[in-house]
Amino acid sequence: MGTLAEKILAAHCGREKVRPGEFLNASVDLVLANDITAPLAIREFQRLGVSRVFDAAKVVLVPDHFCPNKDISSAEQAKLVREFARQQGVVYFEVGRMGIEHVILPEQGFVMPGEVIVGADSHTCTHGALGAFATGMGSTDIAVAMATGEIWMKVPPTIKFIYHGKLGEWVGGKDLILYTIGDIGVDGALYSVMEFCGEAIEALPMEGRFTMANMAIEAGAKAGICDVDYKAEEYLRGTVAKGKISGRSRSYSVYRSDEDAEYAGVIEYDVSKIEPQVAFPHLPSNVRPVSQAGDVELDQVLIGSCTNGRLGDLRLAAEILKGRQVNSNLRCIVIPGSQQVYLDALKEGLIETFIGAGIAVSTPTCGPCLGGHMGVLAAGERCLSTTNRNFVGRMGSPDAEVYLANPAVAAASAVLGRIGSPEEIAG
Amino acid sequence: MKLKGKIHKFGANVNTDVIIPARYLNVSEPGELAKHCMEDIDAEFTAKVEPGDIIVATANFGCGSSREHAPLAIKACGVSCVIAQSFARIFFRNAVNIGLPLMECDEAAEENEDGDLVEVDLSTGEINNVSRQKVFKANPYPAFMMEIINAGGLIEYTSGRLSGR
Repeated sequence: MGTLAEKILAAHCGREKVRPGEFLNASVDLVLANDITAPLAIREFQRLGVSRVFDAAKVVLVPDHFCPNKDISSAEQAKLVREFARQQGVVYFEVGRMGIEHVILPEQGFVMPGEVIVGADSHTCTHGALGAFATGMGSTDIAVAMATGEIWMKVPPTIKFIYHGKLGEWVGGKDLILYTIGDIGVDGALYSVMEFCGEAIEALPMEGRFTMANMAIEAGAKAGICDVDYKAEEYLRGTVAKGKISGRSRSYSVYRSDEDAEYAGVIEYDVSKIEPQVAFPHLPSNVRPVSQAGDVELDQVLIGSCTNGRLGDLRLAAEILKGRQVNSNLRCIVIPGSQQVYLDALKEGLIETFIGAGIAVSTPTCGPCLGGHMGVLAAGERCLSTTNRNFVGRMGSPDAEVYLANPAVAAASAVLGRIGSPEEIAG
Repeated sequence: MKLKGKIHKFGANVNTDVIIPARYLNVSEPGELAKHCMEDIDAEFTAKVEPGDIIVATANFGCGSSREHAPLAIKACGVSCVIAQSFARIFFRNAVNIGLPLMECDEAAEENEDGDLVEVDLSTGEINNVSRQKVFKANPYPAFMMEIINAGGLIEYTSGRLSGR
């Protein structure tokens, strides 16, 4: 029978069953673009000669990458997106009400299990954590999806990843996904769906599952996906209840892989042996346990992004930073992933902890993760970041280095001034 | 359709951040993007590349960000085709959608070297290395994707479908 991903795709093309390798036209439940990818998508949309988007309630535009506008050219792009959003009446999150697209969509109830979600952003796969089939595409694909409500796909094979055992202290979703990418490589799941399951996934909070699905693309996957369990249902009760969305369906379908579903592979890990991981430059697969990081002095620590910018991530960092000071040899930047995360962190006193520790706290933006603004690196500088990519030039100068880790390791490293484990300071 | 040009050889996991760094993504005109193509991996690339030239790389070309600016930059700086062992899936779609030909071929990716002159026949999948007098055969596109390519790209293909409804 079928995997979770195959069942969702079958339900979106009117077939009972689909098989890996088949081409199909899937109807989409949500179409997403941001201030960098939407301008190109809008240009291509206009070339199609279609006057309106297929369903204004199902198209979301988020100015998050270079917004608040970092320069005049970015401002022009953001303006173009804003004007299109107004003209079409699509869902649009303005600066001051926005956040990083992959943080706000689930948070604001735009993501439901069993949906097909396409976005002109590679980290659209994040939403698979709620049992949706979510995948990143380019601007032209998104233009077609905005116009027609459909997109062609080749059904991907699914690889099942089973995580056994109990998670160690300070080990979370970021460490599991970095460890996995380190094992299978940056193209280890090329064109496949990564289905995450097992006792350790069930133990993860939703934040950790978003982090794992988010980085499925870093193994080349088309999507990352998790089962909908009681934690996901509870999360959904909270977001659906927000009721801020007009025209969005509040009901959803939960699919599960059949016992006899066919997988392209099954990979199993014992997480009790996994310690916090650090990806060294310049690939997310270049991982080492934090205890073997050696003496890597840092110039900057960044905590935030669509990977690790949620409330649980900030709580972890604050737990370590409370009553401590960031090392005087580096600067630390915290970027809450959304206005809601920022507000919650403020109410809980986390922001006070960060500012007390000597940290710069920014309004939500993707900003420095992709070398945009709010913490771009100079030549020769080293940054430990809770983001998702450490490619050459990713955060600024091509002669800078980026190391990837979880928020607890980032916070501990900010205090130590070098890459270090939370155990070194928080026990 | 036949293409001819000299090879610019790259290795594995050439990501879209090095193809076109995000610091240049505050514009989307292909001509502007082309000025910075491959800048962080080969600073001389834009000075060396000539119309018709061909990029050859090993595994997972175009991984990372979904930015369509990457194939646009490659195409706008005159590159006629990219040959690799494998392509990242979003890049593959983007290239097809905007009309940048790609070819998957293990042997050609391994045995063709920087500066070699090659002829590529898109209809047969033949890659003829004139410098080494060796012919390689690439995997053909799936039939469905050929429909998009023959239409001239995804917008043209979709326009045709919409007008036929």
